[in-house]
Parts: sequence; structure tokens; C-alpha cells
Amino acid sequence: MDWIVPLILTVITASTPLLLSATGELITEKSGVLNLGVEGMMLIGAITGFAVTVSTGSAIIGIIAAAIAGMAIALIFAFLTLTLMANQVATGLALTIFGVGFSALVGSGFVGFAIEPLPSLHIPFISDIPVIGPILFGQDFLVYLSIFMVIASGWFLTKTRAGLILKAVGDSHESAHAIGYNVIGIRYMATLFGGAMSGLAGAYLSLVYTPMWAENMTAGRGWIALALVVFATWRPGRLLAGAYMFGCISVLQLHAQSAGINVPSQFMSMLPYLATVIVLVIISSDQTKIRLNAPACIGKAFRPAQ
Amino acid sequence: MTAMTGNTTGAIEQRTGSGPAQLEICGVTKAFPGCLANDNISFRIEPGEIHALLGENGAGKSTLVKMIYGVMQADSGDLLWEGNPVTIASPHDAREMGIGLVFQHFSLFETMTVLENIALAMNDVRDMAVLRQQVAEVEKTYGLPLDADRHVYTLSVGERQRIEIVRCLLQNPKLLILDEPTSVLTPQEVDKLFETLRRLANEGCAILYISHKLHEVKALCEHATVLRGGKVVATCDPRAETAKSMAEMMIGQKLVAPDRGVRPAPGDARLAVKNLSLVSDQQFGTDLKDISFSVRGGQILGVAGVAGNGQNELFQALAGETEIHGTPDCIILDKQPVADFGPRRRRRLGAAFVPEERNGHGAVPDMSLAENGFLTAFRRMALSARGLIREVPTRIFADSIIKTFDVRTTGNSAEAGSLSGGNLQKFIVGREIMQDPGVLVISQPTWGVDAGAASAIHQALLDLAAKGTAVLVISQDLDEIYAICDQVVVMAAGKMSAARNMADASIDEIGLLMGGLHDLGGETAPELNGGPK
Repeated sequence: MDWIVPLILTVITASTPLLLSATGELITEKSGVLNLGVEGMMLIGAITGFAVTVSTGSAIIGIIAAAIAGMAIALIFAFLTLTLMANQVATGLALTIFGVGFSALVGSGFVGFAIEPLPSLHIPFISDIPVIGPILFGQDFLVYLSIFMVIASGWFLTKTRAGLILKAVGDSHESAHAIGYNVIGIRYMATLFGGAMSGLAGAYLSLVYTPMWAENMTAGRGWIALALVVFATWRPGRLLAGAYMFGCISVLQLHAQSAGINVPSQFMSMLPYLATVIVLVIISSDQTKIRLNAPACIGKAFRPAQ
Repeated sequence: MTAMTGNTTGAIEQRTGSGPAQLEICGVTKAFPGCLANDNISFRIEPGEIHALLGENGAGKSTLVKMIYGVMQADSGDLLWEGNPVTIASPHDAREMGIGLVFQHFSLFETMTVLENIALAMNDVRDMAVLRQQVAEVEKTYGLPLDADRHVYTLSVGERQRIEIVRCLLQNPKLLILDEPTSVLTPQEVDKLFETLRRLANEGCAILYISHKLHEVKALCEHATVLRGGKVVATCDPRAETAKSMAEMMIGQKLVAPDRGVRPAPGDARLAVKNLSLVSDQQFGTDLKDISFSVRGGQILGVAGVAGNGQNELFQALAGETEIHGTPDCIILDKQPVADFGPRRRRRLGAAFVPEERNGHGAVPDMSLAENGFLTAFRRMALSARGLIREVPTRIFADSIIKTFDVRTTGNSAEAGSLSGGNLQKFIVGREIMQDPGVLVISQPTWGVDAGAASAIHQALLDLAAKGTAVLVISQDLDEIYAICDQVVVMAAGKMSAARNMADASIDEIGLLMGGLHDLGGETAPELNGGPK
């Protein structure tokens, strides 16, 4: 049974970036903004986190820089779509393409550098308890942060007035405007939050998951995060479960390959995406859930009357 | 004018005579590109006064209301609140000052509960449990039943309006603005609302009442300001006017009463429904229970009832949006059983349908009028050939609707969503009527439509019946049913009464049928009877 603990540990590391970026995107989408640039924001976050950590020697500064970089690029998106009212889908795709190219350009000087991975929590004795110790008390702080953020998001959306207003803006921007809420301002905030979370997710990849920089190292995780939000029908609780389920599938796929299970490796690496498609189809068949939780104004530009 | 009110309303005179107005509007002007929406508008509303604001769609009422409520700012002119010049920068400011607004196009959030919707429009943050209790109190005091935990998307138009009203009453407003508030209420509910409003007025709350139902304005209001083309064209005391004289002030010309024309002798039943029962697929929908009626050629049958009593389900069953399998002959269209047909096959047989919701159901808001015309008429009007759109006939068809039904728009390429409610309704009704249907099912034909447009739509329906079409009008507006229908049935809790001739049906009796079941068993409003399924 020696393999169980390492397996769970790798599932956690595989799930955390998905959870971070999907939580951010969930809040963004709840406000009615569809930002398809998650992949791009993650890549920018990954290279910024890595480059700053290499330059300063401090992973903490690197992580903060990654979040700020994610926000900066989300700000570009917000300005284009909310102020200039560009099409959100097109702008989001452009943002991803930009992120891929820009991170590769900046990152070309950082290929092959090595850094110390982010330190993990270690509480004497408690962290040494077999099985539970390393899993519950032996993680780096981003893992705890990701869990905290998704729970906090759930609390924010259901229990706070600000959360209610955020959902209102996503549900009907016309009504929210008529009652007197600042639709554009609230959407800016939500989009920036999404950017920061994607930046963190990117930093997690380049500082923890594989402590190095490689071009296009997100490998489609931004898209899975987007799918996860729909999978979770915009509910944080399901998002947590979903992120860990996808983490599991991607890790199992690696383990199955190394265990020599006789399935073509291409099929195995296809699994997470295949699962995404199947799950989305199943979820979409329940219209009531979609209707209750999906922000009705998602992707629509808001143009206030003069 | 105050002289006419005599001594009985001395209290009002005293209020109007002394002290500053609750709200005084001084020379307010607001221009949009290509249109002067408000041109130097001035009038005052005293504390405790019920003041009517009359005008056709596009007369500038909504713009003025938006400025009073802080949604937009005037280009010039002043607002005086209790005698002091004020700038109302946002709806939040307006609520802070004590201005409440019941929107015509509800400002509600579909996927949220009633309680959440109310909380969103409150300035002072309260505990949800406290708020729930306050809502319950207001409901009880003013007789406005609401289920705080239901999601808005499951509610009927009438119930949605109750939310808006309760939401305002909770804030103890000093000025309450109501935009077309009674279009969805039963006569008894209207009386109740008026009682509420009079009580508020007696407590000193000023009320600005916008409505196109002129006899209601006459019954309720002490002053009226009439707008036309963005200008104040008249002020009057509605109690000293007739509905007709006020309508003429609004439209600036003589009002012609609908002409019933010469009807052919009623023909065979063209639309017959026999023992139609249907379990609603909506979580809070109303089940249809054993509904039977028939409409003959040349006849207009009205379906009266409060929103949410199965009218939507009935419309969907008749239009084919809900197909009924197993018993195809429970709906018969010109002798053909059609209950298991979809909308397109029914249309092919000569039926036409106008749903209640103009934007999104009756028309695609982002598409042009020509395209919207094409969508239902391409077969009957031959607007399509070999799978392609015949551009020229499509545009000609749209133009002919625009011309025949006097749709005010920039042309057939205007987006449907850019039209005002009344104009879009005229277009949609026109689109169906121009196809010369054998059976027309129309839901709430003049909801939120001004007097001029409403009388045009009524006339068109009468003309259609005179040509031998069977017309079914589903309406909550009893005036409308009395104005155009030959027979009436009433829906309550998914059941339908037997048909009565209009001449034999008193308004009280109809009102009781509408509300009778409604009040049975205290808090179980019929729309709740369906219950969660």
C-alpha cells in the first residue's frame, strides 16, 4: 500500500491549479463576464512567477508577482470588453493566444533554470502521522489557499450581500443597473479576481508542479478549468469535487501508463478531455440546474443608457 | 380645479396650499441623439397627492421617471425635493431620499428568490430573517401574497409585479412612482391596490401614477399631467374629465371606438378543445384540468383570468409548444386533430399565434423586423424559395406590416429590440394577421401598450373576425375582453368556466370567477396550488 500516499499527493498537486483558476473563473462568470483567456492568464502567471522567483530568490515574491501579472492581463481583457465593449469570446481567445506567445517570448531566457520548489508545511509530529499527516498537514500553502478560496467563494456568493449583488449583475445587468448598481465596476472587480486566481494557478505549475519553465506548460489546463465551471453548474461545492475528479483522472492516466496497462497512451491522455465532454453533456441535460445557476447575462456586453 | 373638489377634500387643499411640493419638476429637458425625449417639462406633486402622468408610448414618460429615479440625468432643468434643489445621481440616492419606483418592465432577477430580489433593492442592509418578517407584514397589511422562497422565473407577471410593489412599500417611501401597475391585476386586486395607494396618500405619501387605463386614473387621481411628444400638452383633474377626453388629450386627435363591423353568421367551430388535461413541466407551473371550449369562425372568445392560472400552459398547448401525445383529438383545428403537432405543422393548417412575451418569445430582439417577419410567415407568404430567403418579398412583407399597422420605426432593417413595446406588439400582431390565419390565438394583446396602439390592435382583431377567422384572446385586461369579445371563459387554478355571452356576463361575476378560487383557503393562491413537483 506504499503507493497510496504518493498517489494522493500527486492528485492534490494535479488538482490545485485547476481549482485555483476555476474558482477565479467562476466568480468572473457569475458577474456575467465570460473570459476565455484563462489559459493565457495562467501562462503569464507561470512565467512571471518563475522569472521573479529566479531573479529574487523568493518564491513568495514570485507568487505575488504572478497574481499581479494575472490581474494586469485580466485588466486588459476587462478594458477591451467592458469599457470598449469588444466581443468577449473573441477577446478571450485572443488573450489566450497572446498569453501563449508572450510567455514563450519572455520565458525563452529562463528555459533550463532550476529553482527550489515551494516549501511544504511541516508541523512536527502531526505532519509525521502516517497517511493523514503528509496529506492533510504536509502541503504547500497554495494548496490550502485553493481550498480556502473555493469555500470562501461559496460563502461569498450565498451568504453575503456583495455576493448577491455580484450574482444580480450576472443575472440581469439591465435590472441591476435600474436598481442602481454599478454593473461595469462590479464586472471589473470580478474579472480582476479571475485574473489573479489564474495567475496563482500558473505560478503553482511553474513553482510547485514542475519547478521549471517550459513553453506552453499549462497544456490545456486553462480550458479544463473553464469546462469545470460549467461542470459545477457555477457552484463552488461542485467545483471542488470536480477539480479533484479531473485531477484524479489525469494522474490515473499517468499511473496506468507507467503500470503498463495495455491501452494506447494517446487514449489515456485523451481521458480528461473525454471526461469533460461526457460530463458536460450529462450536466446540460438538466435544464433546471443550468437555468437556476447559470448567469443569464454571461458574455453579453452591457451598454448603460445615457 | 381645486374648487371643484368642494369641501370634502379640504385636507388636500390645505396640503396643496401650504408648504413646498414633495417634488417639483422645473423645465426638465433631456435629448437623445435624434430625439428630444423631454422638452421643458414642469409640474409639481404635493405630499399626499395622487398625480397621474399620461401619455402614449414614446411621449417621454419613462425618460422622465428615469431622471426622477436617478437612472439618468437631465440635460437642463431642476428637480426640487421638498422645496430644495436636488441632484439625484443614482437610484440609491433616490431611495435614500424616499422615492420608490415600481418598474413597468420589472427590474427583477430571474434565478433569484423573491426575498433575494427584495433585499437587492433595499438600501439599508438588514438581516434576512428580519427582512422576511417585514415582507410578511407588508404582504398581510396590504394583501399582497408572496412566497418569499420561490424563484422569480417560476412566477407569473402578476406575481412579479407584487414583488416590485412590496419592495417599494418596505422602504416607507415619500414619493411612490408606479408605471402601469394594474395591467396584470383582477378588478378586485385593483380595488385592493387603490385602497393601498389611497391609504399611503392619506399617510402623506405622494404618488405618481402612470397608466393608460384612463377610467382607473379617473377613479384614483386628483391631478393629471399629459405628455405628448416630450412636452406637457395639458393638465387636468381626471375626476372632471371622461376617459375619452383624456385619451384624446394623449393622442392629440379624436379617438375612434372600435368598430365591430358586420360579422358573418358564426360558422363551424374552427378551434375546438375537448377535455384537455396537461401536467405542467415547469416546477411551479399550473396543471390544466379538463379544459373544453370551442371558437367558431367569425367569433372572438376571451379567456379571462389572473396571471399564473394556467394561461401560459394553455397557450403553449394551443400553439404546439407543448405537444400532447396519445390524445391527438383533444385539440382540433378545422376538423383536424392536432394535439400532437408542433407549431409549424399547426401554422401550416392556418393557425397563427401571438405569445405574451414580445421580446424573446414573439420576436428575436437582435434581428431586424424583416427577419422577424420572415420567421413565422415564410411559408404562408412564400418568402422562401429552395431554402433561400427571398430578400425582396421579405422586405416588402415587413414594409406592408409597418404601413398597415402604423408601426413607428426607422424601417424594416431596424432591430426588433429597438422598438417600443407598443410598436413591437403592433408589428407582431400585424405579422400574424397579415398572413390571414383561419385561427388566431393571441395572449395579452395590449399588455403595456398605449391607448392609440391598443385601439389599433383591437380594431385589427375585430376586422379579422369579420373575415371569418376564429380568434382566441387570452387577456387579464377585462376592459379589453369587454371591448372586443363575443364570449368569455374564465380560467382559475388550471380549470376553465363555461363560456358566457358577453352581454350576460357582469364584471363582478367575472371578477369573482377570476378571484373566487383564488381566495379559497386563505393563503393558497391558485398559482401555488400546482406546488413543487
